[in-house]
Amino acid sequence: MTVATGLLAVEARDIGRRFGRTTALRGVNLDVAPGERLAIFGPNGSGKTTLLRVLAGLTRPTKGSVSIGGLDYRRHELELRRRVGVVAHHPYLYEDLTAEENLQFYGRMFGVEQPKRRVDEVLDMVGMERRRRDRVRTLSRGMQQRLALARAVIHDPDVLLLDEPDTGLDQEAVAQMGDLFLKGGGSRTVLLATHDLRVGMQSCARFAILVNGRIVHEGQQADQSLSDLEELYRSHASAY
Amino acid sequence: MRQHISSAAVDETLALGRSGARSDLFGPLRGYLRQVANLLWKDLVIELRTRDAVASMLVFGILSLTVFNFAFELRADSVLLVAPGVLWVAILFAGTLGLGRSYSHERDRGSLEGLMLCPVDRSAIYVGKFLANLVYIGLSELVLVPVFASFFDVPVLNPGVIAIIALGTVGFAAVGTVFGAMAVNTRAREVMLPILLLPVLVPLIIASVKATGLLIDGEPWSQTWAWVNLLVAFDVVYLVASFLLYEYVLEDWG
Amino acid sequence: MSLAEPAVIRQPGRRYGLGRLDMLGLVAFTLLAVTIGMALAYAPRELIQGEPQRIFYVHLPMALVAYLAFAIVFVGGILYLWKRRPVFDIVARSAAEIGIFFTTLVIISGGLWGRATWGTFWQWEPRLTFTFILWLIFVAYLMLRQAAQDRDRSARFASVLGIIGFLDVPLIFFAVYLWRGLHPEPAGMPQQMAITLFVGFAAFIALFAYLLIHRVSWDLKRERVEDLYFALEERESTT
Repeated sequence: MTVATGLLAVEARDIGRRFGRTTALRGVNLDVAPGERLAIFGPNGSGKTTLLRVLAGLTRPTKGSVSIGGLDYRRHELELRRRVGVVAHHPYLYEDLTAEENLQFYGRMFGVEQPKRRVDEVLDMVGMERRRRDRVRTLSRGMQQRLALARAVIHDPDVLLLDEPDTGLDQEAVAQMGDLFLKGGGSRTVLLATHDLRVGMQSCARFAILVNGRIVHEGQQADQSLSDLEELYRSHASAY
Repeated sequence: MRQHISSAAVDETLALGRSGARSDLFGPLRGYLRQVANLLWKDLVIELRTRDAVASMLVFGILSLTVFNFAFELRADSVLLVAPGVLWVAILFAGTLGLGRSYSHERDRGSLEGLMLCPVDRSAIYVGKFLANLVYIGLSELVLVPVFASFFDVPVLNPGVIAIIALGTVGFAAVGTVFGAMAVNTRAREVMLPILLLPVLVPLIIASVKATGLLIDGEPWSQTWAWVNLLVAFDVVYLVASFLLYEYVLEDWG
Repeated sequence: MSLAEPAVIRQPGRRYGLGRLDMLGLVAFTLLAVTIGMALAYAPRELIQGEPQRIFYVHLPMALVAYLAFAIVFVGGILYLWKRRPVFDIVARSAAEIGIFFTTLVIISGGLWGRATWGTFWQWEPRLTFTFILWLIFVAYLMLRQAAQDRDRSARFASVLGIIGFLDVPLIFFAVYLWRGLHPEPAGMPQQMAITLFVGFAAFIALFAYLLIHRVSWDLKRERVEDLYFALEERESTT
């Protein structure tokens, strides 16, 4: 990312999020450098989705601030949305439109230059060329998620947020997705929330463990073996 | 090669636009309108393929007219007295149903949330939705009004009445688009929308029915002036208010 | 937590004696008693309607208070959307609850008055119709608050509805009055009637203020307690 050197891709400071009486996030601090890949592990209900939603600008945090590439959602919302791409549980696709039409729609919404060419590019990247004229309703979950990834990167964002994108996919599809994320991630900054430790370790150099709304551990993939990580994860998760 | 600008540069560019650098002024407006057009295109294509909203509105509208026909013909000496009211009740009930359905679908499929991720002004989403709803209700009216005219043997197909129907529909869609988004996010989804909509629409209903009635009776346009003013005032107030308030309804969607 | 705290909860040590709020309540009820007394004894007997007309001295002030409540809902809604401080929403909701109470009384007293003078409980005459529509909007407001799934959404939606509803008031007014072709004629009023009415206004505004402040401070205290529970839970979960 050609911004001022030293500027963080993602900077979260003391993020808190309450929903009435429940606290989803408590004092979360995160620094991600441009081009880094961070895996966020955590059991169900740990607040992974909420954290990603806050980073994606879908939810306002009750406390704290988020800044992406030096910009924050409060003042630079539109510009920021151009730089962030999200893949979530839900593919955010219109079932009654074709794969192609969905991408055209989002391409136009994001103000992509040369939309037609870009649509071809991303379709090719996720291997959906052959199904481009099929309505999304007719696609399998795996294909929909692939298309969702295409949608997420169509505007060439700097930051890619993935919230358990492999939910509901079978083994094969998960493997495919894994490769795709590496491809789709490219040189972008990627944050991947998942409870699958193996996939996380494979694709990301850094990881953090989120439990009960708090980051309880951070580390580098290089310094940790998978089995050690599993131990660590289990101990943190069971404490909660 | 991706060009990226720092925060300071973004602020600078925004400031430039505000100070009136001509070339920047129309660019954003054109972009805005393009996004509205894109949103409208999306909704219309989907409706074209599923025919969901318009079909339910038509069926329900025609059923309403049928029931009213039986309900009133038995007792009313002159059907002309109740006719304007019947027409508007049918349009309102059918329209409310259609609005509810179109939002129900959005919600269930999470598509509005996908829109929230896009760099689009929330008010543009409002305009796109408003226009789409206007088209749906308008298309239903294209069928309902002639059906009404023949069921009740009432001369509604004149430009004056059509203008009133148009004005009323605009106000209806303006408020309905906002309330629909709210209602769909509550526990009592289907019931909530009419409860919210009908009291607020009372001035619109009164004005539309009175004006329609006058015109059907053959009164000159000048007699309806007060009502038309009221309708226009309603439309303007609510188009502006909804335009400004929609973003607060969309916040934290999902 | 930056919640505005009215006088009544800034006195933690107060145990006996009357606080400022209680004084207001006393004043309000006294004025109310005076109003009723004046309405029954002091105000002159109206020529056309006779005794039933005396309901007017209670009916009109209550209507004023109802509209005032609506205005507060409107302002509260705007302030909440702008500043996002919970107190604005609390004030709006309290005003709506008290407002609907008074609106109901206005309709009932209007009905009783109508029964005594025209013979029917209900007439689609402009004032009653207008008040009834307002009542319906209040109902919609409170139902929306109930049906919204969480606090923040409830506050936001209610604020939007409050603003839209209030903007409707002039439109409803014109629609309803044009419809029935009547414009209320301001009749000249003998001095005794005017004084009674004035006292009535004072009484009901005081009553409204008393109820509102009471309700709001109760709600604020409740929020305070919830926040404390919450902080306690937080502390326990981290140790």
